[in-house]
Amino acid sequence: MEAEAAALLGKYIGAGLACLAMAGAGIGVGHVAGNFLAGALRNPAAAKEQTATLFIGMAFAEALGIFGLVVAMLLLFAV
Amino acid sequence: MAAANGEESFIHPMDQFVIKPLFGGGEVQLLSITNSTLWMAISVLAITALTVWGTSGRALVPTRVQSVAELLYGFVRQMVEEVAGEGSMKYFPYIFTLFAFILFSNMLGMIPGSFTPTAHIAVTATLALAVFITVTVIGFLRHGTHFLTFFWPKEAPGWLRPVLCVIELISYFVRPVSHSIRLGANMLAGHAVLKVFAGLFAMVIAGGLGPMAVVPLAAMVGLTAFEFLVAFIQAYVFAILTCVYLHDALHMH
Repeated sequence: MEAEAAALLGKYIGAGLACLAMAGAGIGVGHVAGNFLAGALRNPAAAKEQTATLFIGMAFAEALGIFGLVVAMLLLFAV
Repeated sequence: MAAANGEESFIHPMDQFVIKPLFGGGEVQLLSITNSTLWMAISVLAITALTVWGTSGRALVPTRVQSVAELLYGFVRQMVEEVAGEGSMKYFPYIFTLFAFILFSNMLGMIPGSFTPTAHIAVTATLALAVFITVTVIGFLRHGTHFLTFFWPKEAPGWLRPVLCVIELISYFVRPVSHSIRLGANMLAGHAVLKVFAGLFAMVIAGGLGPMAVVPLAAMVGLTAFEFLVAFIQAYVFAILTCVYLHDALHMH
């Protein structure tokens, strides 16, 4: 019983720690959007063509945070 | 999964993702019609209705439905032309199908009580694997074994090339994983968060703290608007990444 409780505790702490990945994803997406805006305000004429690149960059930055969420989900529901 | 730990809860946020057969009940069989397949079929029917019925008039001054269909077509066409580059228009129907299916599945999933097929990794992994295999086959058909030099960076200094080759190989084979998980987990997390706030709302009401329920309600309204944005952006990102991969296969960097 004691070991089971410890395993449950570890599971929840691990799931919570895995959500720290969101902090990294937040920093990454913020960097992408902020730098895009900084560049776009310097040269607004070129900004429109680069929105696709903006979304691709955001998607890549976000994906790594999402992997953290997947780890949390696996810990909560699959382990 | 409701009240898995013996706790009393109104709704479990993960209950909405349970796949159930529509007829007969019991276990999900190989070919049984489930809520997932039902909503996939509804989105396919909606796309077909929009594109076939919308453009059947071919009016010079488009009607409302026709202009929506034209908007969708023009949007995807512009994306394919800009991102995938020359010679990619041959694959436009595939990317249009992917984009429309994911967009409609995501959007129809926002209807309360409906089901989001794209929240399941099984669905998104199938789509992403199809893209991966298609793109790899296109690359080999177009360039033959020369396509393998895609993994051998010629610009790098000699001693670094084997290391970069390993990294290129890993990043190539991780593509379907990240491609599918990005869409699936985004939809899953968004809908789960909506349900968490809905459960909070119900709990506050049941706890007798009536006016305080405004807080989760306001959060839900904001999150619902945000989820519509996410539903569109994720479909866009899935399609645009397909275009990027297609560009790699067609033009090798």
